Amino acid sequence: MVEFDLSMSQYAYFMVVLLMAIGLYAMLTKRNLFKKLVGMVTFQTAIYIFFIQGAVRLKSSVPIIDEEIGMSAAQYVNPLPHLLILTAIVVGISTLGVAAAFLIVIHRRFKTLDDQAIMGLMKEPD
Amino acid sequence: MSNLPVLIIMPLLLASFLAVLFGIWWPGWARFISIIGTGMALVASIVGLSKVLSTGEALHHYMGGWPPPIGVEYVLDHLSAFMVVIINLIGLIAVVYPPAPGLYEVPRKGIPTYALILLLLGGLNGTVLVGDLFTLYVFLAIYSVATYGLVSLGGDRAMVASLRYLILGTIAGGFYFLGVGFIYFTVGTLNMADAANLLPAFYDSPTIMAAVALIVVGMGVKLALFPLHVWLPDAHSYAPPVVAALLAAIQVKAAAYVIVRIMLTVFQPEYFTDTLPVTTVIVVASAGGIVFGSVMAIAQSDFKRMLAYSTVAQIGFVGLGIGLANPLALVGGLLHILNHAFMKSCLFLVAGGIKHQTGLQQIPRFAGLGRKMPLTMACFTVAALSMIGIPPTAGFFSKWYLVLGSIDAQNWAVVAVILLSSLLSAVYFFRAIEKIYTKSSEGEPAVEQANEPSARILMPIALLAGGIIILGLTNAFIVTQVLNPVAALLSP
Amino acid sequence: MTETYSSLTPLLAVMVPLAAVVLIIVSRQRPNLRESWTIMAALAQFALVASMMPSVLDGRSPETTLFTISPGIALALRVDWLGIMFGASASFLWILTSVYSIGYVRGVSEHKQTRYFGSFAVCLAATMGIAFSANLFTLVIFYEILSVATYPLVVHKETPEAVAGGRKYLVYALSAGVTLLLALALTYYESGSVEFVPGGILAGDVSNNTILMLFGLFLVSFGVKSAVMPLHSWLPTAMVAPTPVSALLHAVAVVKAGIFGLARAIGFIIGPLAMHQSGAMDILAGLAAATIVIASLIALRQDNLKARLAYSTVGHLSYIVLGMSILSVDAWTGGLMHMVNHAVMKITLFFCAGAIYVKVHLQNVSDLNGIGRQMPLTMGAFAVASLGLAGFPPIVGFISKWFLVSGTLETGQWVFAGAFLISGLLNAGYLFSIVVRAFFAPSDKPMKFAEASPLLVVPLIITAVLSVVLGLFQHQVPYFYQLASWVATSIGSGGGM
Repeated sequence: MVEFDLSMSQYAYFMVVLLMAIGLYAMLTKRNLFKKLVGMVTFQTAIYIFFIQGAVRLKSSVPIIDEEIGMSAAQYVNPLPHLLILTAIVVGISTLGVAAAFLIVIHRRFKTLDDQAIMGLMKEPD
Repeated sequence: MSNLPVLIIMPLLLASFLAVLFGIWWPGWARFISIIGTGMALVASIVGLSKVLSTGEALHHYMGGWPPPIGVEYVLDHLSAFMVVIINLIGLIAVVYPPAPGLYEVPRKGIPTYALILLLLGGLNGTVLVGDLFTLYVFLAIYSVATYGLVSLGGDRAMVASLRYLILGTIAGGFYFLGVGFIYFTVGTLNMADAANLLPAFYDSPTIMAAVALIVVGMGVKLALFPLHVWLPDAHSYAPPVVAALLAAIQVKAAAYVIVRIMLTVFQPEYFTDTLPVTTVIVVASAGGIVFGSVMAIAQSDFKRMLAYSTVAQIGFVGLGIGLANPLALVGGLLHILNHAFMKSCLFLVAGGIKHQTGLQQIPRFAGLGRKMPLTMACFTVAALSMIGIPPTAGFFSKWYLVLGSIDAQNWAVVAVILLSSLLSAVYFFRAIEKIYTKSSEGEPAVEQANEPSARILMPIALLAGGIIILGLTNAFIVTQVLNPVAALLSP
Repeated sequence: MTETYSSLTPLLAVMVPLAAVVLIIVSRQRPNLRESWTIMAALAQFALVASMMPSVLDGRSPETTLFTISPGIALALRVDWLGIMFGASASFLWILTSVYSIGYVRGVSEHKQTRYFGSFAVCLAATMGIAFSANLFTLVIFYEILSVATYPLVVHKETPEAVAGGRKYLVYALSAGVTLLLALALTYYESGSVEFVPGGILAGDVSNNTILMLFGLFLVSFGVKSAVMPLHSWLPTAMVAPTPVSALLHAVAVVKAGIFGLARAIGFIIGPLAMHQSGAMDILAGLAAATIVIASLIALRQDNLKARLAYSTVGHLSYIVLGMSILSVDAWTGGLMHMVNHAVMKITLFFCAGAIYVKVHLQNVSDLNGIGRQMPLTMGAFAVASLGLAGFPPIVGFISKWFLVSGTLETGQWVFAGAFLISGLLNAGYLFSIVVRAFFAPSDKPMKFAEASPLLVVPLIITAVLSVVLGLFQHQVPYFYQLASWVATSIGSGGGM
């Protein structure tokens, strides 16, 4: 059982929520496609921080068994969330890479990154 | 412990890699490798399904030999076996259907198409098979990235649609991931079976409630459940026909699977029906989607766009099956995953065939095609009748179980919506049928010169159309053997 | 009728036309071969149905159980008394219509004849499936197939008028289809079974409200095809179809499928007892009686011959519906007999209308002055059938009307007896006026032409003669009277009549 106590580190969670809100806001309301992507990265980063924060255990060591510290799991930081986030970062980067490639092609074709303008151009016949 | 579950995923991922590797030098090999890879996955999934059916028990694979809850587990039970067979069957038909010229805007389109389709299939199979909440997120991301790439093959407009989908898809994935985080930090495990044992003690916790909400909303976006469907019409109508077929037939269904899986095996169904109003929300959203999608489909003149809106409506049927949460309705919803996979992929491939032979995609210009492409149009008619729900085609039977389920739930509004949707879909499909068969081409040169597509295009279409009727006639077998054990999870 | 035996004949009777569809499409380049497939299929189908007749009369039902179509429900065919009445009359008339069709479509050089004959065969397969369905689920499947397969025939001419008619037909037919799905589901949910059992499966344990709701659903579902007012308006519109289609489908197969479905729903699913208790039959009887009178009045005002016949059909279909809703053995017997008798007479009238159209392209009653002197055989047959529909003895229409009226008197429902009698007079009015014009009115313009081709005339003479023969020897030609009375008795044996 891993402790999960909001009161322990409200400060960090507050920052996570703030980041997430900023990210979502940018993704959903910004007209510039590039800014949407910036929002996307912010949003993903907020989730990463959330997981890392959940793994934090004060006054504990890196998760390598040391005879001086003992065998109790409570003495070590939980390694699993770090692992998950490493994977999630890879996923996030690949998504971002695809998105960036799209942005380049879209800019070449439509000469703008403004969402509304592109919508207008898409409606025109070829 | 059995190796079958990973044997379904591995050939696809491997073939996806090989298709690019060989395709660079010998383009012809890409298709060949894809067919082999998908075929192997299909064989493995059929063997898996028959094993599950004969023993009645799930097959487990522990990745790297680590048993759960430490290792990652892959589970092939009735539900996932059902899904992988659909996924690989439609996948095989899609890779057999040639990426013909005129359908893609990217030159040398074959290689990226095949690699991405295989990646998509691998991701979908993984999503369905994995018994671990986090690994599921990874597979979700794999198939999503593959989807973004595939949609973008349809040209510039498709790329914009794909980017929009990417942004919404990332939010959806993020929500799911966050929900998984909440569950993990509460119960300390990511394994589904393990979490199912530990979760009931925390059902009152607001964290778990928030997790359910996040996961359902996230998957609702991926499923394009109304009103979270906004990305779908553009993405499906601008994507190349084969891709649209895959997306509508199996890609969106994976999210439905995730909801069912989490509702039935990670949580207890009562938690979704009684403690939280999740199923009620899903029913309302689905009913709204059915009406909205059908009405919007009537308003379209672009064939693929009409089909895309029809998908929004049809997803509502799957949603109803989940939301009504009684065995009959769930059977109907799951059966509709299968039936809709056949119908919609058949229709999109027909759209591809028409586009390939005539370059047309506006329904008003289809006049007279019935005489020029009789076989293709016959297949279209079968699929359209099935969408409307005329027996003995498959579409009738999913409606039959759903109607029974909604009567069982005493939900007459839903009954009315289901019946109404039949009539609405009749409006837009018969409008096309009328155009195709009873109007003359009026000198439209594209139609005048049209003829039946080659066997490579026609065969997959005909197979799907035939499958629609066979599925209709054999539905009792599928329901009693495969789906009833799944529905039994609803009332333990 | 309790005994059943396993046999493939019912299945074959359904499959023969479907096999013919394949052959028709394959031989689309060779019209003579193509048409011979139609005729052979019709003959084969009738032979198969006739071969089952003796054992059915013995009280033994041939049965084909195919496979489970939904858990607990089998796709099954069973030939009982009611089924073989409908099956035999439809398949026999298909033979004549096939011959007639060939004369007709070649006479007016119809286009897309392959599609025409193909769709026709599908319709007949579906009709036979409806007739022989052992349970409601099977019936629904064939009923929907019939709905869809009729569409290409309605829009066959591809004129804007035909397309509009087709749309209207679809709106009605598909709406009926969805209510039928609901009725089916509700039946299954309430009783756990969809088998056809004489006397019904719902009596006793189902609330009156449910019965009324189910009845309403069945009424809409089957009422559309049987053209009960106010669900009738597709039928006159659908008369834009070629005349053989109007003759066989819109006077015999399709509309009678609606009647047949209603008979199954009332007699074999809901049951007379439950009908009686819930008061549902009053609604039906009222609607049917109103339809009989109103349709006859409208028919009087139609100048288009086929439209007049269409409204006449609307009225006569409601004879049968009224007969069923009176819930007496006599009235049921009369109604079921009228199902067959009306078919024979009305198809004659349509055949005549078609023969006139092919020969001289006349469609309006007002143009027919003096035509009887040019086409005496055709108009003679027309006169015979008209007399029969008005209910003159010894023609077959008289007998069914006799039973219907005696049924109303038996239950003391004088109003309905009145409806039958008024309608008889109106029938005489709107049909006889045509005969009188044809033979006695001076022609407006000089006419000089002969009968239409024998392919058209022979079938209509056969049906006209048949309607006299059946009338004279209704007891000696035992099948229909006996069958109808057996069906009525078996339904009534559970009480309620």
